[in-house]
Amino acid sequence: MINFLKFRWLYFLVSTVVIGAGLFSIVKWGFRYSIDFTGGSNFEFQTNKVIKKNQLLKVLDQNKISIVSLKLVNKNILLRTKVLDQKKESLFKKDLETKLKIKITVLRSETVGPILGKEAVGKTLTASILAIIGILIYMSFAFKGFNFAFAAVLAMFHDLIVVIGTYSLLSHFFGAEIDTMFITAVLTTMSFSVHDTIVIFDKIREYHTEQETLEIESASNQALTETMIRSLNNSMTIVFMLLALTMMGGSTIRFFILTLLIGTITGTYSSPFVATPILVWLEKMKKQK
Amino acid sequence: MKLIKTIFITVILLGLIWVDLPYNIKTKYELPSKIDVNIFGLNIKKEFNTKLGLDLKGGSNLIFEADTSKVRREDLTDALNSARDVIERRVNFFGVTEPQIQTIKSGNVYRLSVDLPGISNYEEAIKLIGQTAQLTFKELPDGKIATTTPIFVQLTKNTGLSGTHILKSTIEFDSQTGKPQVGLKFNKKGTDLFAAITKRNIGKPVGIFIDNMPLTTPTVQTEILDGSAVITGTFTTDEAKKLTIAINSGALPLPIKLVEQKNIGPTLGDIEVKKSVYAGTVGLIMVLLFMIICYGRLGLIASLALIIYGLISLFIFKAIPVVLTLPGIAGFILSIGMAVDSNILIFERIKEEQRKDKSFDIAVRLGFGHAIDAIKDANITTLIVAFILFNPLNWEFLPQFGIVRGFALTLAIGVATSLFTGVVITKRLITMFYKVK
Repeated sequence: MINFLKFRWLYFLVSTVVIGAGLFSIVKWGFRYSIDFTGGSNFEFQTNKVIKKNQLLKVLDQNKISIVSLKLVNKNILLRTKVLDQKKESLFKKDLETKLKIKITVLRSETVGPILGKEAVGKTLTASILAIIGILIYMSFAFKGFNFAFAAVLAMFHDLIVVIGTYSLLSHFFGAEIDTMFITAVLTTMSFSVHDTIVIFDKIREYHTEQETLEIESASNQALTETMIRSLNNSMTIVFMLLALTMMGGSTIRFFILTLLIGTITGTYSSPFVATPILVWLEKMKKQK
Repeated sequence: MKLIKTIFITVILLGLIWVDLPYNIKTKYELPSKIDVNIFGLNIKKEFNTKLGLDLKGGSNLIFEADTSKVRREDLTDALNSARDVIERRVNFFGVTEPQIQTIKSGNVYRLSVDLPGISNYEEAIKLIGQTAQLTFKELPDGKIATTTPIFVQLTKNTGLSGTHILKSTIEFDSQTGKPQVGLKFNKKGTDLFAAITKRNIGKPVGIFIDNMPLTTPTVQTEILDGSAVITGTFTTDEAKKLTIAINSGALPLPIKLVEQKNIGPTLGDIEVKKSVYAGTVGLIMVLLFMIICYGRLGLIASLALIIYGLISLFIFKAIPVVLTLPGIAGFILSIGMAVDSNILIFERIKEEQRKDKSFDIAVRLGFGHAIDAIKDANITTLIVAFILFNPLNWEFLPQFGIVRGFALTLAIGVATSLFTGVVITKRLITMFYKVK
């Protein structure tokens, strides 16, 4: 048996550093938001010839289109603008084709009004809160105690903050945007986190009920020792899957998969090193009363 | 008995593989891709298709906001139904296969979400769909008598009576025969116009057109002065209902405004799918190798169970059918992870029991018994989360849009399947392979 809980301060330090970095980034740089949240238009055109940026800028200017960002990669034009209605979009495309003598294939064209995104976030938030309440109720029953459920949910919040914080860093340094896919990734992390924690808690519950004399702390240490390999192995399999998708998958889901990867790692980490210490602490508090 | 069991399992497995095989793989034998059989008079018809969402297949998602300010509250449902109906008709005109049109209520705002899979000319579609429906009444040009050409082609003269003159159309039933008929109520100006039209057209057809498409061409029986008409005919209730909705789309016009559009060209989705499938396959092979290296023979069994798991899930996706989107695939990947987890849990428990010097048989039995609690609790929590996110009752305050729901659905299916394969199938396989030893 390894005394994992002896190094509590170390786990606390690691979490504090990671969360601190994330929070710092959120406060300092914030996020880049996709048009799902800010409203606006997003275009991805493919041209049959490589065009020059200043030519393109000239046409954009003539059409009085306010650009948010513009990127040219080979024959692809990635353009983001303020909300552009259908008529203006068509005119601009035609103008571009005649003036630069090119042919355009539309790979993607999105226009979103600003209200919808906010509504979507609000609804997802409500759903998440309900889901958390559901988890609390179910776990309180299954583990015959509120502390297990509470510790699992706290660890889940830990993962939530880690994922959101790191995304702010990704957003600042690599241009990742908060979009609906990001929300899905956060939800995935949340369910994975609780799933992973329950497996360890199940072991603790087993030892704690089998040997009533056994302190919660030694029961937890024993449980951690025995589930550590399983935790690592399990996460490895998911990490393999996600690494393959990050490196070889399509470009539109890269940040999404990366977020899932971060979520898996923090979800695995938090079960033994955040949820379990909290549980032990809570149980000890209960005993003292 | 054992033989029968083995044959039974093999047949099911082959069936699964048959359904799961993609179309583009050419096999030596032409395999039917749908079931269409008659058993005891029951017609079983089912096509198995992988349905890809807009983000993978390409297509357009348009969201229109309805301007409900001019519609009376009690007519709102009718008006919305009619607007939906109009959009559907216009979309069908475009030849889009399986469009999806949904009314989404959010507070006091009503929106119509239109999915047009596979459409490339989205600019045309937006122009056409965004228009408010135009309902007109037409009659025969002066002095002309009906010939053998279809009536609606001959009805070319506008009567001046239009949708704005109709208060509402309702479905009614004849008090004597009980047959369904369609009632029309006109406003004051409409009553006068209609009286004049019916007076000069007794015995002649008058057509009702929407967006210049004929809805119905009833023949005028008598002069109608009170502004309420009924269209009789050999309608079924369903047909009469459809006609009222269509007429209402002109009578209760709902101006709609495009608030969101997402158009994905077919090329982009195609590349994404190919890359994702390729990457997913590589990832899966790595997972299988990892399991075999870590757990030896048990790992091999788990890999087998995982492949069966994949086959069953894919079968369910095709059979329901589930529309696969990128978030949906994420949900599926997560559920694969959880399926593997069930196996790892069981194996670690078995190893643990073996360390306590239990014989293999007993270790397997105890290992399963112990692992089942954790597997059950972990998966049920995940199912609770998936259930709430999927929002099966379509509550207004929960997500009603595809992206989160697609994720929740594949996650739920995946987890439920993994509960089955991870526990039942793995156990069966272990007892099967280890008995041989």
